[in-house]
Amino acid sequence: MSPVRIKDNWREQRIFVRRVWFVTALMVVAAIAVFARLYYLQVMRQHYYEDLSVANGVRTVPIPAARGLIVDRDGQIMASNRPTFELELTPDEVPDLRGSLQRLAKLALVRESDIPELIRAIKSQLSFDPVPIRVQLSESQVARFAVRRFEFPGINITPQQSRWYPLKNLGVFAVGYVGPISASELAHINQAAYAGTALIGKSGIEAQYEQVLHGTNGYRQVLVNALGREVRRPGVLARQLHEKPPVPGDDVIVSLDLKIQRLAEKLLKGQDGAVVALNPWNGNVIALASSPTFNPNLFARGISEKQYLALVNNPDNPLFDRALRSQLPIGSTIKPAIALGALTDGVLNPTKRIYAGSDWHLPGSDHMFHNYKHEVCGRIGLNMAIIMSCDVYFYQVAYKMGIERLGAWLPNFGFGKPTGIDIPGEQSGLVPTPAWMAKHYPHRYGWYPGDTVILGIGQGSFLATPLQLAHYAGILATRGLSFQPRLATGLRNPLTHKIHWKRPVLDGNLTMISRSSWQVVIKAMHGVTTNPRGTAYWDMINATYPIAAKTGTAQLTREEANGDYNLKATPKKLRDDSWFIAFAPLPKPRIAVAVLVEHAGAGARAAGPIAMKIMNAYLLGPNGKLLPATPRARYSMPRDIAPRVDAGVDPTLTAMERAAQP
Amino acid sequence: MMRQAIATGSSARRTLSGAARVLLALKLDGPLTFGLGLTAAYGLLVLFSASGGNVRMLIGTVLRLALGIAVMLALARLSPNLLRRASPWLYGLGILLLLAVAAVGHVHLGAKRWLELGPVQFQPSELLKVAVPMMCAWYLHERALPPRWRDLGVLGVIILVPVALVAKEPDLGTAALIAAAGAVVIFLSGLRARVVIALLLLVVAAFALGLRFMHGYQRARLLTFLDPQAHPLSSGYHIIQSQIAVGSGGMFGKGWMAGSQARLDFLPERTTDFIFAVVGEEFGLLGLAVLLLLYTFVIGRSLYLAMQCPDTFSRLLGGAIAVTFFIYVFINAGMVTGLVPVVGVPLPLVSYGGSSIVTELSGFGILMSLFSHRKLMG
Repeated sequence: MSPVRIKDNWREQRIFVRRVWFVTALMVVAAIAVFARLYYLQVMRQHYYEDLSVANGVRTVPIPAARGLIVDRDGQIMASNRPTFELELTPDEVPDLRGSLQRLAKLALVRESDIPELIRAIKSQLSFDPVPIRVQLSESQVARFAVRRFEFPGINITPQQSRWYPLKNLGVFAVGYVGPISASELAHINQAAYAGTALIGKSGIEAQYEQVLHGTNGYRQVLVNALGREVRRPGVLARQLHEKPPVPGDDVIVSLDLKIQRLAEKLLKGQDGAVVALNPWNGNVIALASSPTFNPNLFARGISEKQYLALVNNPDNPLFDRALRSQLPIGSTIKPAIALGALTDGVLNPTKRIYAGSDWHLPGSDHMFHNYKHEVCGRIGLNMAIIMSCDVYFYQVAYKMGIERLGAWLPNFGFGKPTGIDIPGEQSGLVPTPAWMAKHYPHRYGWYPGDTVILGIGQGSFLATPLQLAHYAGILATRGLSFQPRLATGLRNPLTHKIHWKRPVLDGNLTMISRSSWQVVIKAMHGVTTNPRGTAYWDMINATYPIAAKTGTAQLTREEANGDYNLKATPKKLRDDSWFIAFAPLPKPRIAVAVLVEHAGAGARAAGPIAMKIMNAYLLGPNGKLLPATPRARYSMPRDIAPRVDAGVDPTLTAMERAAQP
Repeated sequence: MMRQAIATGSSARRTLSGAARVLLALKLDGPLTFGLGLTAAYGLLVLFSASGGNVRMLIGTVLRLALGIAVMLALARLSPNLLRRASPWLYGLGILLLLAVAAVGHVHLGAKRWLELGPVQFQPSELLKVAVPMMCAWYLHERALPPRWRDLGVLGVIILVPVALVAKEPDLGTAALIAAAGAVVIFLSGLRARVVIALLLLVVAAFALGLRFMHGYQRARLLTFLDPQAHPLSSGYHIIQSQIAVGSGGMFGKGWMAGSQARLDFLPERTTDFIFAVVGEEFGLLGLAVLLLLYTFVIGRSLYLAMQCPDTFSRLLGGAIAVTFFIYVFINAGMVTGLVPVVGVPLPLVSYGGSSIVTELSGFGILMSLFSHRKLMG
């Protein structure tokens, strides 16, 4: 039984007040908890949440940098940028999607049959993001759409930066081309730097100087709401947005002389071949031509499958850069190098005359090595052997030198290794040695003496590219200086127009060759063009300046090797390759040229006249007189840019003096 | 003299005279009215920004405020005795309305909470937020305190019947708040400490059990609270985005109308349940401190008023109104900052919409009535 309880107001009031104080204490604790939490969020972790907030609402839109131009030595633009136009459709703003597309089809801007596919593609996108529905509009298509624009709400023409090669095919193998970034390239590039970039250099200067040309993309920040839609009028929120302008890529100045380049390509037209001309004193490439060619604009604008297959399946293979990649036997053009080797080794007395008949056989063997067309050279010394290109003479020189020394000697002239030209894809050719033979032909009984013999006339397994041959001609022209061939001479800042010149690279100096040896060989090469028995006498008969040259006829069939050969009767694919190297004017040549015309017969027949015309065009003024040696081009490298000398190369001697530009 | 003037219904003529005399005539407490006014004004400022400069929303809120003030004025003028005698009727009406909701209620967002009265939608559960503490206080008013077990049983029924009905709607947040309001009355009445502890344990046990019978989304909310990053785009989204908004505001905030989380729609429910985050984003810790100080002032003043009341009913009801107001603020702030689970509790006087602003002001109207009529009661 509980006692009767009487309501005691005072007591209740006291209890109430006590309880209120207790509750107040609890509330203070709760308030402190809230405040501590706010302090943690807003003070201690403010930056963390600030970053998250920015990441939420700020989308960074890349602004692609303008790609650098590629210009020749006179400043003529070989690669530039120009906008192409595409048709973009913003689904949100198009009232009648199917109807609009059908009206576009009537204007022949989209294909009627593509409409269902287009609609599916459009529906799969965010409704407020523009979808490209037609790329690469031609000017007439742009015009056709522009006059009817008002009929197509939500459909706009937008410009896209694209690459444009105004000279089309001209110099394509030097300049290269750009194309859409492939999946494998995507894996290798810095994707952040390429956000907003659609095209990447695929070959030539475009690929080699990709980083320089590309520039640095900028960005612009835009506000997006939670749905990802851009906020057009951000108001006060705009102050949280940053913008960084893009830095355009540098222009690349290439050493090509377009006059010569154009001539070279014209001379090669209709034939498979290559021309490489360079300045022997710094390696600057004057012309780099391969025939046939192709139009690089096809790739930059998105090549169609049909066009691509046509290029790939063309039997003359226009995509193939013969100048850098065609590895062939070079025939007699090798002879000056062999002669210099034998002279330096002391196994050859240049003045001793020996009888050279129509053929020669190895001591102790009855296998005969024939002269070209069974010619009889007669009793000749080294001078006449080079002038007449006497195979029988050089069989013996090579045999005397032996393969070990020849194999070590020929790389001095750049054979068997890449020249280091500043565009990708170069082949290294081949200097065969017994070790190489054993490795690649293990079933053969090693290296035969005969292999050495035919190496003496640039036949057999020996291979070189036209570029290597021009490089080799350059070494001969400078009497031993090996400059890395190069196309890019300078980088020009597109804003300040300041030019950063690249130093030529001297990567070899053949100081072991005596002055007299050079004298003998170069005199003989001069004789090739001046002596009536010289193989290039008729090609160069009109020359107004002294030229050193050497012909080469690379034989491709067994019958040829035996000298039983009839040009007309031989299928084209098996006909001789015509080679020619030359440098002029003596004594201080300004240009070294190598010419290859495939399957055209003797070197003097097809390649020689091309070399002659190129040298004339480069060296002679309009009056037919030799031009002065001073630089004439707008972007000639200043004379005070000294070459960079590779380690191990002797920079002393008179070499450096000689290296000063003529 | 003044009171006579009021009694004769001539107050209308005096609304333009001195503020203190008006307040007195209207039975309003000056400091509390001032605190409520400042809070509401601050709320309007924030709401305008949170709604993206939506003037219609602002006008709607001003109209609701006006309605709330009218109700507050009316209630303040009623005598506490009348309020006390009306309590069981009000409570009974509330229960009936809840039953009506269950029968013919308007379904919105999957919950049946609204009654349509012509053009106006009305949430009976809001009425119970006031009616339940009133009923509890009414019950305890007659009885000697502290309450005995039998009283506790009766109070339990009084509280749990509407709580169950509201929880069934389902509106767990409001149900919990109603239960809390009743519990506060019981606690303030002086229920012995060991019983309080025992009851708390019981609630925890019931809660654990209840987890098994919760709706999927209710349980999800709770689990999300425990680990928001597990579902960043679904149920965790609210918590993450509101914390980003608050945190990125820093000490001084991004400025009025410049909160990117709110302006760019990343912050959900930014005009209603999560408006606290807008304050934090745009005005920073400083702005929140000002808001919380205003609330502290309102709550402190309310408790002071309650303590001044002479009778059990007034004290208990007044204390309950003050403490439940605190609970609303705490739960809302805690929810936005990630201290407590996301439950749909608006920020008093600041959040947009619903009947809550009217309920809150009518609570304060009752409180002022209890206080300002105290001398008449002897």
